[in-house]
Amino acid sequence: MPSEPSAGSPASAQSVSLLEIFRAFLVLGGTSFGGGVVAYLREALVVREKWLDDETFLAGLELSQMLPGLNATNMSVYVGERLRGAPGALVACLGMMLPGTVIVMVLGILFTGGGRVVNASSVLVGVGAAAVGLLLETTWKIGRPVIQRAADVAIVAATFLAIAYFRLPLPVVLLTIGPLAVWIYRPRAAAGEPAK
Amino acid sequence: MTLVLQVLGVFSLLSILAVGGGAAVIPEMKRLTIGAAPWLAPRLFGEVYSLGQLAPGPNMLMVSVIGYHVAGFAGALCALLGFFVPSGVLTFRIGRVWDRFADSPWRAAIARGLGPVTVGLILAGAVSLAETVMVGHGAVPYFICGAVAAILLLVKVNPVFLILAGGLATFAANALGALPS
Repeated sequence: MPSEPSAGSPASAQSVSLLEIFRAFLVLGGTSFGGGVVAYLREALVVREKWLDDETFLAGLELSQMLPGLNATNMSVYVGERLRGAPGALVACLGMMLPGTVIVMVLGILFTGGGRVVNASSVLVGVGAAAVGLLLETTWKIGRPVIQRAADVAIVAATFLAIAYFRLPLPVVLLTIGPLAVWIYRPRAAAGEPAK
Repeated sequence: MTLVLQVLGVFSLLSILAVGGGAAVIPEMKRLTIGAAPWLAPRLFGEVYSLGQLAPGPNMLMVSVIGYHVAGFAGALCALLGFFVPSGVLTFRIGRVWDRFADSPWRAAIARGLGPVTVGLILAGAVSLAETVMVGHGAVPYFICGAVAAILLLVKVNPVFLILAGGLATFAANALGALPS
Protein backbone atom coordinates (compact mmCIF):
# COMPACT_ATOMS: atom_id res chain seq x y z
CA MET A 1 0.00 0.00 0.00
CA PRO A 2 1.25 3.50 -0.65
CA SER A 3 1.70 5.24 2.64
CA GLU A 4 -0.92 7.91 2.94
CA PRO A 5 -0.93 10.86 5.26
CA SER A 6 -3.17 10.33 8.26
CA ALA A 7 -6.08 12.59 8.96
CA GLY A 8 -4.51 14.16 12.04
CA SER A 9 -4.85 17.91 12.28
CA PRO A 10 -2.64 19.35 14.98
CA ALA A 11 -3.47 22.90 13.97
CA SER A 12 -7.13 22.77 14.83
CA ALA A 13 -6.28 22.28 18.49
CA GLN A 14 -4.33 25.48 18.85
CA SER A 15 -5.99 28.74 18.04
CA VAL A 16 -4.35 30.96 15.49
CA SER A 17 -5.94 34.37 14.96
CA LEU A 18 -7.00 35.60 11.54
CA LEU A 19 -4.58 38.49 11.88
CA GLU A 20 -1.69 36.11 12.51
CA ILE A 21 -2.66 34.05 9.45
CA PHE A 22 -2.93 37.17 7.29
CA ARG A 23 0.39 38.50 8.51
CA ALA A 24 2.22 35.20 7.92
CA PHE A 25 0.87 34.85 4.37
CA LEU A 26 1.45 38.54 3.61
CA VAL A 27 5.12 38.09 4.49
CA LEU A 28 5.26 34.94 2.35
CA GLY A 29 3.52 36.66 -0.54
CA GLY A 30 5.91 39.59 -0.35
CA THR A 31 9.17 37.68 0.01
CA SER A 32 8.82 34.54 -2.11
CA PHE A 33 10.70 35.69 -5.20
CA GLY A 34 11.63 33.45 -8.09
CA GLY A 35 8.80 30.95 -7.88
CA GLY A 36 9.02 27.89 -5.66
CA VAL A 37 6.51 29.32 -3.21
CA VAL A 38 5.92 25.81 -1.83
CA ALA A 39 9.39 25.66 -0.27
CA TYR A 40 8.84 29.03 1.40
CA LEU A 41 5.43 27.82 2.64
CA ARG A 42 6.82 24.69 4.23
CA GLU A 43 9.64 26.60 5.91
CA ALA A 44 7.23 29.17 7.35
CA LEU A 45 4.22 27.02 8.27
CA VAL A 46 5.76 23.68 9.28
CA VAL A 47 9.23 24.61 10.52
CA ARG A 48 8.86 28.12 11.94
CA GLU A 49 5.23 28.59 13.02
CA LYS A 50 4.52 24.87 13.56
CA TRP A 51 0.90 25.35 12.47
CA LEU A 52 0.99 22.10 10.51
CA ASP A 53 2.89 18.84 10.61
CA ASP A 54 4.71 17.57 7.56
CA GLU A 55 2.09 14.92 6.81
CA THR A 56 -0.74 17.45 6.66
CA PHE A 57 1.41 19.76 4.58
CA LEU A 58 2.18 17.00 2.08
CA ALA A 59 -1.48 15.92 1.90
CA GLY A 60 -2.38 19.52 1.11
CA LEU A 61 0.36 19.73 -1.49
CA GLU A 62 -0.86 16.57 -3.22
CA LEU A 63 -4.35 18.04 -3.32
CA SER A 64 -3.06 21.41 -4.56
CA GLN A 65 -1.16 19.78 -7.40
CA MET A 66 -4.09 17.60 -8.44
CA LEU A 67 -6.71 20.34 -8.50
CA PRO A 68 -6.68 23.22 -10.97
CA GLY A 69 -5.09 26.44 -9.80
CA LEU A 70 -1.66 27.45 -8.59
CA ASN A 71 0.03 25.51 -5.82
CA ALA A 72 0.70 28.72 -3.92
CA THR A 73 -2.91 29.88 -3.72
CA ASN A 74 -4.39 26.39 -3.39
CA MET A 75 -2.05 25.74 -0.44
CA SER A 76 -3.04 29.08 1.10
CA VAL A 77 -6.69 28.06 0.89
CA TYR A 78 -5.98 24.58 2.28
CA VAL A 79 -3.85 25.79 5.19
CA GLY A 80 -6.09 28.78 5.98
CA GLU A 81 -9.11 26.49 6.06
CA ARG A 82 -7.32 24.08 8.39
CA LEU A 83 -6.45 26.89 10.79
CA ARG A 84 -9.63 28.99 10.83
CA GLY A 85 -12.20 27.70 8.33
CA ALA A 86 -13.52 29.86 5.51
CA PRO A 87 -12.33 33.21 6.92
CA GLY A 88 -8.89 31.68 7.43
CA ALA A 89 -8.77 30.51 3.81
CA LEU A 90 -9.82 33.95 2.60
CA VAL A 91 -7.25 35.97 4.60
CA ALA A 92 -4.46 33.49 3.78
CA CYS A 93 -5.18 33.80 0.07
CA LEU A 94 -5.49 37.59 0.20
CA GLY A 95 -2.23 37.89 2.11
CA MET A 96 -0.46 35.62 -0.36
CA MET A 97 -1.66 37.62 -3.37
CA LEU A 98 -1.66 41.22 -2.17
CA PRO A 99 2.04 42.23 -2.30
CA GLY A 100 2.75 40.60 -5.67
CA THR A 101 -0.41 42.04 -7.22
CA VAL A 102 0.48 45.59 -6.18
CA ILE A 103 4.05 45.19 -7.42
CA VAL A 104 3.13 43.59 -10.76
CA MET A 105 0.43 46.20 -11.43
CA VAL A 106 2.86 49.07 -10.77
CA LEU A 107 5.53 47.45 -12.96
CA GLY A 108 2.95 46.63 -15.63
CA ILE A 109 1.68 50.19 -15.88
CA LEU A 110 5.21 51.62 -15.88
CA PHE A 111 6.82 49.22 -18.34
CA THR A 112 4.21 47.65 -20.64
CA GLY A 113 1.47 48.66 -23.04
CA GLY A 114 0.71 51.82 -24.95
CA GLY A 115 0.83 54.11 -21.93
CA ARG A 116 4.15 52.88 -20.57
CA VAL A 117 6.55 55.35 -18.99
CA VAL A 118 9.73 53.43 -19.76
CA ASN A 119 10.42 51.15 -22.73
CA ALA A 120 11.96 48.08 -21.15
CA SER A 121 11.39 45.70 -24.04
CA SER A 122 15.02 44.68 -24.39
CA VAL A 123 15.24 43.81 -20.69
CA LEU A 124 11.99 41.84 -20.80
CA VAL A 125 13.22 39.61 -23.64
CA GLY A 126 16.00 38.30 -21.39
CA VAL A 127 13.69 38.05 -18.40
CA GLY A 128 11.29 35.97 -20.49
CA ALA A 129 14.07 33.77 -21.87
CA ALA A 130 15.31 33.12 -18.32
CA ALA A 131 11.72 32.32 -17.29
CA VAL A 132 11.56 29.68 -20.03
CA GLY A 133 14.83 28.22 -18.73
CA LEU A 134 13.34 28.13 -15.24
CA LEU A 135 10.26 26.35 -16.59
CA LEU A 136 12.41 23.74 -18.32
CA GLU A 137 14.22 23.06 -15.06
CA THR A 138 10.87 22.87 -13.24
CA THR A 139 9.63 20.36 -15.82
CA TRP A 140 12.71 18.23 -15.24
CA LYS A 141 12.40 18.46 -11.44
CA ILE A 142 8.70 17.51 -11.44
CA GLY A 143 9.13 14.97 -14.22
CA ARG A 144 12.05 12.94 -12.93
CA PRO A 145 10.25 11.27 -10.00
CA VAL A 146 7.00 10.93 -11.98
CA ILE A 147 8.37 9.29 -15.11
CA GLN A 148 9.03 5.70 -14.11
CA ARG A 149 7.82 3.51 -16.95
CA ALA A 150 6.90 3.51 -20.61
CA ALA A 151 3.29 4.49 -19.88
CA ASP A 152 4.51 7.69 -18.22
CA VAL A 153 6.64 8.63 -21.21
CA ALA A 154 3.66 7.97 -23.49
CA ILE A 155 1.35 10.15 -21.38
CA VAL A 156 3.87 13.01 -21.26
CA ALA A 157 4.46 12.78 -25.02
CA ALA A 158 0.76 12.56 -25.89
CA THR A 159 -0.09 15.54 -23.69
CA PHE A 160 2.80 17.62 -25.00
CA LEU A 161 2.11 16.86 -28.67
CA ALA A 162 -1.64 17.43 -28.31
CA ILE A 163 -1.04 20.96 -27.02
CA ALA A 164 2.23 22.06 -28.62
CA TYR A 165 2.00 20.35 -32.02
CA PHE A 166 -1.67 19.66 -32.73
CA ARG A 167 -2.71 22.80 -30.83
CA LEU A 168 -5.80 21.15 -29.40
CA PRO A 169 -7.82 23.14 -26.87
CA LEU A 170 -6.85 22.38 -23.27
CA PRO A 171 -10.36 21.19 -22.21
CA VAL A 172 -10.27 18.54 -24.95
CA VAL A 173 -6.84 17.34 -23.84
CA LEU A 174 -7.75 17.27 -20.15
CA LEU A 175 -10.99 15.38 -20.75
CA THR A 176 -9.38 12.71 -22.93
CA ILE A 177 -5.81 12.13 -21.73
CA GLY A 178 -6.65 12.91 -18.07
CA PRO A 179 -9.18 10.08 -17.53
CA LEU A 180 -7.07 7.75 -19.67
CA ALA A 181 -4.01 8.39 -17.49
CA VAL A 182 -5.99 7.80 -14.29
CA TRP A 183 -7.45 4.63 -15.82
CA ILE A 184 -3.95 3.34 -16.55
CA TYR A 185 -3.17 3.70 -12.85
CA ARG A 186 -6.62 2.62 -11.64
CA PRO A 187 -6.67 0.64 -8.42
CA ARG A 188 -6.49 -3.07 -9.06
CA ALA A 189 -7.23 -5.74 -6.49
CA ALA A 190 -4.04 -7.74 -6.77
CA ALA A 191 -2.06 -6.82 -9.85
CA GLY A 192 -0.22 -3.97 -8.26
CA GLU A 193 -1.22 -0.86 -6.43
CA PRO A 194 -0.79 2.48 -8.14
CA ALA A 195 2.91 3.08 -7.79
CA LYS A 196 4.01 6.14 -5.92
CA MET B 1 -19.08 46.54 -19.31
CA THR B 2 -19.42 43.52 -21.58
CA LEU B 3 -15.66 43.53 -22.11
CA VAL B 4 -15.10 43.38 -18.36
CA LEU B 5 -17.49 40.44 -18.12
CA GLN B 6 -15.67 38.71 -20.96
CA VAL B 7 -12.41 39.10 -19.05
CA LEU B 8 -14.08 37.59 -16.00
CA GLY B 9 -15.42 34.71 -18.10
CA VAL B 10 -12.17 33.91 -19.89
CA PHE B 11 -10.08 33.90 -16.72
CA SER B 12 -12.69 31.87 -14.80
CA LEU B 13 -12.48 29.23 -17.51
CA LEU B 14 -8.67 29.31 -17.37
CA SER B 15 -8.84 28.95 -13.58
CA ILE B 16 -10.76 25.68 -13.83
CA LEU B 17 -8.48 24.42 -16.60
CA ALA B 18 -5.23 25.17 -14.73
CA VAL B 19 -4.45 21.57 -13.85
CA GLY B 20 -0.72 21.54 -13.23
CA GLY B 21 -0.54 25.20 -12.25
CA GLY B 22 0.12 28.43 -14.08
CA ALA B 23 2.62 27.33 -16.71
CA ALA B 24 0.34 24.52 -17.84
CA VAL B 25 -2.36 26.97 -18.85
CA ILE B 26 -0.15 29.36 -20.88
CA PRO B 27 -1.01 27.91 -24.33
CA GLU B 28 -4.75 28.16 -23.61
CA MET B 29 -4.33 31.66 -22.16
CA LYS B 30 -2.59 32.69 -25.38
CA ARG B 31 -5.39 31.13 -27.44
CA LEU B 32 -8.02 33.07 -25.56
CA THR B 33 -6.25 36.44 -25.21
CA ILE B 34 -4.12 36.80 -28.34
CA GLY B 35 -5.75 34.17 -30.57
CA ALA B 36 -9.27 34.12 -31.98
CA ALA B 37 -10.56 37.41 -30.58
CA PRO B 38 -7.32 39.27 -29.99
CA TRP B 39 -7.21 41.43 -26.90
CA LEU B 40 -3.47 41.81 -26.87
CA ALA B 41 -0.57 41.77 -29.30
CA PRO B 42 1.48 38.58 -28.78
CA ARG B 43 4.46 40.72 -27.93
CA LEU B 44 2.59 42.52 -25.15
CA PHE B 45 1.46 39.19 -23.73
CA GLY B 46 5.08 38.04 -23.64
CA GLU B 47 6.26 41.25 -21.99
CA VAL B 48 3.56 41.06 -19.33
CA TYR B 49 4.36 37.42 -18.56
CA SER B 50 8.06 38.25 -18.30
CA LEU B 51 7.35 41.16 -16.00
CA GLY B 52 5.32 38.88 -13.75
CA GLN B 53 8.48 36.90 -13.02
CA LEU B 54 9.91 39.90 -11.20
CA ALA B 55 7.09 40.08 -8.63
CA PRO B 56 6.99 37.92 -5.49
CA GLY B 57 4.21 35.48 -4.68
CA PRO B 58 2.20 33.22 -7.00
CA ASN B 59 3.68 33.52 -10.48
CA MET B 60 0.46 34.22 -12.39
CA LEU B 61 -0.49 37.48 -10.65
CA MET B 62 0.37 39.09 -13.99
CA VAL B 63 -3.13 38.17 -15.18
CA SER B 64 -4.09 41.45 -13.46
CA VAL B 65 -1.91 43.37 -15.93
CA ILE B 66 -3.46 41.50 -18.87
CA GLY B 67 -6.90 42.44 -17.54
CA TYR B 68 -5.71 46.02 -17.12
CA HIS B 69 -4.55 46.28 -20.73
CA VAL B 70 -7.88 44.86 -21.94
CA ALA B 71 -10.32 46.80 -19.75
CA GLY B 72 -8.56 49.09 -17.27
CA PHE B 73 -8.62 48.63 -13.50
CA ALA B 74 -11.98 46.86 -13.59
CA GLY B 75 -10.43 44.45 -16.07
CA ALA B 76 -7.48 43.89 -13.73
CA LEU B 77 -9.82 43.07 -10.85
CA CYS B 78 -11.96 40.76 -12.97
CA ALA B 79 -8.92 38.89 -14.31
CA LEU B 80 -7.71 38.32 -10.73
CA LEU B 81 -11.12 37.27 -9.43
CA GLY B 82 -11.70 35.07 -12.45
CA PHE B 83 -8.34 33.36 -12.30
CA PHE B 84 -8.10 32.78 -8.55
CA VAL B 85 -11.64 32.43 -7.15
CA PRO B 86 -12.98 29.35 -9.01
CA SER B 87 -9.93 27.16 -8.34
CA GLY B 88 -9.74 28.55 -4.79
CA VAL B 89 -13.36 27.66 -4.07
CA LEU B 90 -12.82 24.20 -5.54
CA THR B 91 -9.78 23.63 -3.31
CA PHE B 92 -11.77 24.89 -0.33
CA ARG B 93 -14.66 22.50 -0.95
CA ILE B 94 -12.53 19.48 -1.72
CA GLY B 95 -9.93 20.25 0.95
CA ARG B 96 -12.59 19.79 3.61
CA VAL B 97 -13.39 16.24 2.51
CA TRP B 98 -9.92 15.30 1.26
CA ASP B 99 -8.90 13.45 4.43
CA ARG B 100 -11.99 11.29 4.26
CA PHE B 101 -10.54 9.72 1.12
CA ALA B 102 -7.16 9.10 2.70
CA ASP B 103 -7.59 5.35 2.35
CA SER B 104 -9.29 5.39 -1.04
CA PRO B 105 -7.04 3.77 -3.65
CA TRP B 106 -8.57 6.14 -6.19
CA ARG B 107 -6.98 9.12 -4.48
CA ALA B 108 -3.53 7.71 -5.15
CA ALA B 109 -4.54 6.63 -8.67
CA ILE B 110 -5.69 10.14 -9.59
CA ALA B 111 -2.56 11.74 -8.20
CA ARG B 112 -0.37 9.16 -9.96
CA GLY B 113 -2.16 9.37 -13.29
CA LEU B 114 -2.27 13.16 -13.45
CA GLY B 115 1.46 13.42 -12.65
CA PRO B 116 2.74 12.75 -16.19
CA VAL B 117 -0.15 14.76 -17.69
CA THR B 118 1.03 17.73 -15.64
CA VAL B 119 4.61 17.27 -16.85
CA GLY B 120 3.45 17.26 -20.48
CA LEU B 121 1.34 20.38 -19.92
CA ILE B 122 4.17 22.33 -18.27
CA LEU B 123 6.57 21.36 -21.04
CA ALA B 124 4.05 22.54 -23.64
CA GLY B 125 3.68 25.76 -21.62
CA ALA B 126 7.44 26.32 -21.73
CA VAL B 127 7.53 25.86 -25.51
CA SER B 128 4.50 28.10 -26.01
CA LEU B 129 6.11 30.79 -23.87
CA ALA B 130 9.38 30.47 -25.80
CA GLU B 131 7.48 31.07 -29.06
CA THR B 132 6.16 34.34 -27.69
CA VAL B 133 9.11 35.76 -25.77
CA MET B 134 12.21 34.33 -27.47
CA VAL B 135 11.58 33.76 -31.18
CA GLY B 136 12.65 36.63 -33.44
CA HIS B 137 15.30 38.10 -31.15
CA GLY B 138 18.34 36.27 -32.47
CA ALA B 139 20.52 33.80 -30.60
CA VAL B 140 20.98 35.60 -27.27
CA PRO B 141 17.62 34.54 -25.72
CA TYR B 142 18.34 30.87 -26.52
CA PHE B 143 21.71 31.15 -24.86
CA ILE B 144 20.14 32.73 -21.77
CA CYS B 145 17.42 30.08 -21.61
CA GLY B 146 19.92 27.23 -21.86
CA ALA B 147 22.29 28.79 -19.36
CA VAL B 148 19.52 29.38 -16.80
CA ALA B 149 18.24 25.81 -17.09
CA ALA B 150 21.77 24.40 -16.80
CA ILE B 151 22.72 26.57 -13.81
CA LEU B 152 19.51 25.70 -11.96
CA LEU B 153 20.12 21.99 -12.52
CA LEU B 154 23.68 22.23 -11.25
CA VAL B 155 23.64 24.84 -8.48
CA LYS B 156 21.20 25.80 -5.76
CA VAL B 157 20.47 29.46 -6.41
CA ASN B 158 17.34 31.60 -6.21
CA PRO B 159 16.01 31.80 -9.78
CA VAL B 160 15.14 35.49 -9.36
CA PHE B 161 18.86 36.38 -9.62
CA LEU B 162 19.16 34.47 -12.89
CA ILE B 163 16.00 36.12 -14.18
CA LEU B 164 17.45 39.55 -13.43
CA ALA B 165 20.77 38.53 -15.01
CA GLY B 166 18.87 37.43 -18.12
CA GLY B 167 17.25 40.86 -18.34
CA LEU B 168 20.61 42.61 -17.98
CA ALA B 169 22.11 40.35 -20.65
CA THR B 170 19.53 41.26 -23.30
CA PHE B 171 19.71 44.92 -22.27
CA ALA B 172 23.44 44.82 -22.90
CA ALA B 173 23.00 42.84 -26.12
CA ASN B 174 20.53 45.44 -27.34
CA ALA B 175 22.94 48.27 -26.52
CA LEU B 176 25.57 46.43 -28.58
CA GLY B 177 23.15 45.95 -31.44
CA ALA B 178 22.99 42.16 -31.00
CA LEU B 179 19.28 41.89 -30.19
CA PRO B 180 17.03 42.02 -33.25
CA SER B 181 13.47 42.94 -32.43
